[in-house]
Amino acid sequence: MIEFKDVKKEFSGKLVLRGLNLCVDKGETISLVGTSGAGKSVTLKHMVRLLEATSGEIFIDGTDILTLEADELSKMREKFGYLFQGSALLQWLTVFENVALPLRENTDLSDDEIEEKVYAVLEKVDLTEAAEKTPANISGGMQKRAGLARAVVTEPEILLYDEPTSGLDPVTSRTIDGLIHDLQKDLGVTSVVVTHDMISALTISDRIAMLHQGTVSEVSSPKEFLHSKNEVVRNFLDSQCISSNFFEEFPERIL
Amino acid sequence: MINQNTYECPECANFFARWGHNGLAFCQLVGQAIILNGRALLMFPLMFSKRSRREVSYQLFFTGIRSLPVISVVALFIGMIFAIQTGIELQKYGQEVQVGGAVTVVMLREMGPFMTGLIIAASVGASIGAQLGTMTVSEEISALQIMSIDPVRFLVMPRLVALMVMMPLLSLYTNILAITGGAIIGVTQLGVEMQAYIDNVVLYAENKDLYTGLLKSVVFGFIINMVACHQGLTTKGGAVGVGKATRSTVVVSFLVILVTGFILTKVFYG
Repeated sequence: MIEFKDVKKEFSGKLVLRGLNLCVDKGETISLVGTSGAGKSVTLKHMVRLLEATSGEIFIDGTDILTLEADELSKMREKFGYLFQGSALLQWLTVFENVALPLRENTDLSDDEIEEKVYAVLEKVDLTEAAEKTPANISGGMQKRAGLARAVVTEPEILLYDEPTSGLDPVTSRTIDGLIHDLQKDLGVTSVVVTHDMISALTISDRIAMLHQGTVSEVSSPKEFLHSKNEVVRNFLDSQCISSNFFEEFPERIL
Repeated sequence: MINQNTYECPECANFFARWGHNGLAFCQLVGQAIILNGRALLMFPLMFSKRSRREVSYQLFFTGIRSLPVISVVALFIGMIFAIQTGIELQKYGQEVQVGGAVTVVMLREMGPFMTGLIIAASVGASIGAQLGTMTVSEEISALQIMSIDPVRFLVMPRLVALMVMMPLLSLYTNILAITGGAIIGVTQLGVEMQAYIDNVVLYAENKDLYTGLLKSVVFGFIINMVACHQGLTTKGGAVGVGKATRSTVVVSFLVILVTGFILTKVFYG
């Protein structure tokens, strides 16, 4: 379980998180939505302590990660898989080597075992053909899938996705949504997805949290979210032309 | 790994307060850079481990072998230029035969490690600064941290090993080529016999000069890695930030190499 208690974060005198409270239950998929600058990615980075909170408490499975020493933090991070907005693949390694990296560095598995695991994950994300290519030689969508494969290859308990569909065409975006949904079902992990894309959020989430000016302005199930009276939520939905009858209009979006 | 929340100078009306705050910020940067490389130095025993071997080998190749063409050209021409300049003056006194000794002493003591340091700072150092800078702004460093991979062990240590091992070897190579360049000018332009040139080189070459030169080049290797890795890993602000980090790597490395070179010369010869 992930729990934020009154978390504040200040950058050069500007308060980005203003006492954020959020609870993510074990095994659920929650999407953090909101306008640019609302603090979504900042919130995600606090979960793995890539950013240090100015004040407040962040608990991962009951442990306050802000109090952990470097070694303990490193151990804690092994629970996480993280898909970065720009994939963050190491450019001088092939797709195979990128996906194998966390296994080579953190486990004592033999080369054969690593190869077996990596190809199994690459098959899940349909990237077996591109295994020997470097990130520069594959498309943006393939890079996202490679990043996703790297995030899940260690079988983490918690998966964090930072804008998994940004910069992708609608067809590829829906493919990524499908992958996230399937991985969640297969591995039973807790997932936190930061996204601007409401269709994606409605499709893959158990709950959706609306962030506004550094606080959570609403948390509800996708169906409740669509019928919310919250002005911030309504404006956000209207700006993407999402009607309250989204699931009735597009039943194929239900995964 | 590195605290990105660097010391920020508040708006100070007072001139002296501003200097004080800037001084504090500078001290923090230097401290961070030294701690970063110090940690990498302590990880040297891991260079032979299965996880680091490949990267260390590649960095040794990249720093050493890939630098040979540019170092060869620069070293040869430096030796030739120096031989022409000193040879012309020595000829006035009929002492052109001493040109071999002059080139040898200057290269072993100063110019060998110094020129190698500048070339490596401008090529390998700039490359490290740009690569780590790009990795920082594209969140690859963050990705390593989340995968519980220590960027100091994975990135900084192999580069430090490569620079500290290759710098003295390259410096030695620079010396040999520069002395050869001096010989070409001595024999073809100044009319010095080859055997006389070699005898003069042997006469003036001292072990102390060689050892201090090699020690300097090891220290310069440490400095280049310290500046480049620190600049790269503290890069902010996208492509512009990477450009700044690369430029700072070269400029700061040059300055620190110059000052350190002077201090070491003063210690050994002053």
